[in-house]
Amino acid sequence: MFTATAAALLAAMILALIRLYAGPSLYDRVLAANSFGTKTVLLIGVMGFLTGRPDFLDIALLYALLNFIGTIAVLKFFRYRTLGDALEQKNAPEKREAGR
Amino acid sequence: MIALIVDAASWGFLVTGSFLVVVGALGLVRMPDFYTRLHPAGITDTLGTDLILTGLMLQAGFTLVTVKLFLIGAFLFFTSPTSTHAIANAALVAGLKPRYATIPPRPEGAGAGKKDAR
Amino acid sequence: MESAINVALLLFLAGTAFSILRRTTLFSVVMLSGVFSLVSAALLVHLDAVDVAFTEAAVGAGVSTVLMLSTLSLTARHEAPSTRSRAIPLIVVFLTGLALVYGTLDMPRFGDPDAPIHGHVVPRYITGTATEIGMPNIVTAVLASYRGFDTLGETTVIFTAGIGVLLLLAGTIREPGVAEKLTAMDHHLVLRVVTKLLIGPILLFALYVQFHGDYGPGGGFQAGVIFATAFIIYALVFGLGTASRALPGRAVRVLLALGVLIYGGVGLVSFFFGKNYLDYSVLGPTAAAGQHIGILLVEFGVGMTVAAVMVSTYYAFAGQNPPIGDEEW
Repeated sequence: MFTATAAALLAAMILALIRLYAGPSLYDRVLAANSFGTKTVLLIGVMGFLTGRPDFLDIALLYALLNFIGTIAVLKFFRYRTLGDALEQKNAPEKREAGR
Repeated sequence: MIALIVDAASWGFLVTGSFLVVVGALGLVRMPDFYTRLHPAGITDTLGTDLILTGLMLQAGFTLVTVKLFLIGAFLFFTSPTSTHAIANAALVAGLKPRYATIPPRPEGAGAGKKDAR
Repeated sequence: MESAINVALLLFLAGTAFSILRRTTLFSVVMLSGVFSLVSAALLVHLDAVDVAFTEAAVGAGVSTVLMLSTLSLTARHEAPSTRSRAIPLIVVFLTGLALVYGTLDMPRFGDPDAPIHGHVVPRYITGTATEIGMPNIVTAVLASYRGFDTLGETTVIFTAGIGVLLLLAGTIREPGVAEKLTAMDHHLVLRVVTKLLIGPILLFALYVQFHGDYGPGGGFQAGVIFATAFIIYALVFGLGTASRALPGRAVRVLLALGVLIYGGVGLVSFFFGKNYLDYSVLGPTAAAGQHIGILLVEFGVGMTVAAVMVSTYYAFAGQNPPIGDEEW
């Protein structure tokens, strides 16, 4: 049962990786990376059950947290080009190209 | 008897959750446009995750492991939709256009509170 | 099966390292470094080193990526092309690699019980953790008690790194004033509400990891990083000025030194009781209780210093003068 779940999660991770490499715009890649991270959390949990060591759940919880923070940091970075305070408001963000 | 029911329920949750996760990832690859990809990725990440975690919780019984799984589930329940929202917002503000629809121009003189009817 | 997973993960590491070398867009390099750290953490989990994997995931895949992103806003977008010839460095690296591979041919097999490393002190650590110290997590026992001097050195190294960053950037940090114009991430209502909801549980999780390090993976280093992460996300969403009112830079610098002072101070207390430096057995009614108290205090000091270093580094980088404009990016 856990093996089937782990196999399904691995298949989903590979699909997310395909989108990560192929995504035409940056935001596709951020979405795929976030999705990959969530599936990693699940995979760690299931592997903990497979190997009989539930200590892994701490790492899963940690990575769920870091995934969220990483996504927010990347988005803030791309919106404002800085992670601190900008002295002047960045104006007309529409004129910036929306991808790489 | 109870153990059999719990096992069957956990099996059901795990299978449903895995199915949703795989379908979501497949949608992420196959959907034509960024905004359409948000749907499978965001929805199935939250629901599939919580179903899989519920299945695991039923397997673990009343131990600390269940509490930790519940915490992971609650955390992902809050942050996964928020990340999806933040990504969609960032893409919209940066000017990424949907492929098959057009965003109507803002009517002149409308304040920030006016919503586009789409 | 075991070795297949190891080989797959190592190949993935090698591929990621190679693409880090080849890509010149600095943003993708930063993201790939985060992926590298995450795969290293997975490899360490597979090798059953859970504490190290925890730290690697927390530091490498988390805080490092955020700090490097905040650095990226201060530099150019692409790596400057190298003007010198690459033949000699390539030859040097190749020869060094060959020498290293030749050196590993003499090493004992992985996990061999007759290997020298498993001979002398390790049996004492493994049995002593159960009898002398009485805690399940051998890694924390070795880290904080048997090899306590090493950990004191590591904490001092982290402290020195924090001091170094602060010294190097001292002249350029703008202390964020209250009237600073904030990057308007706080008009995202959803982000604001969810972040406010989450910061409490994150801090609680940090405290759990700190004090549960005796019984499961955890300890001071990991807990310090998680603690700092809560403040970093607060600063990301609500602005640096607001975060500095919650945890001012002066307080962070005090905490930075206080952690190392606690660690060293515990050793001094052992002096006063007539024992060796960092001999925890005098701190409690029995030797084992004393060890528990000593490990607790020492890990607390470590966690405090690590958290303060991460937060002050983030403040230092995010408080830099305004980044270069859009056109130069």
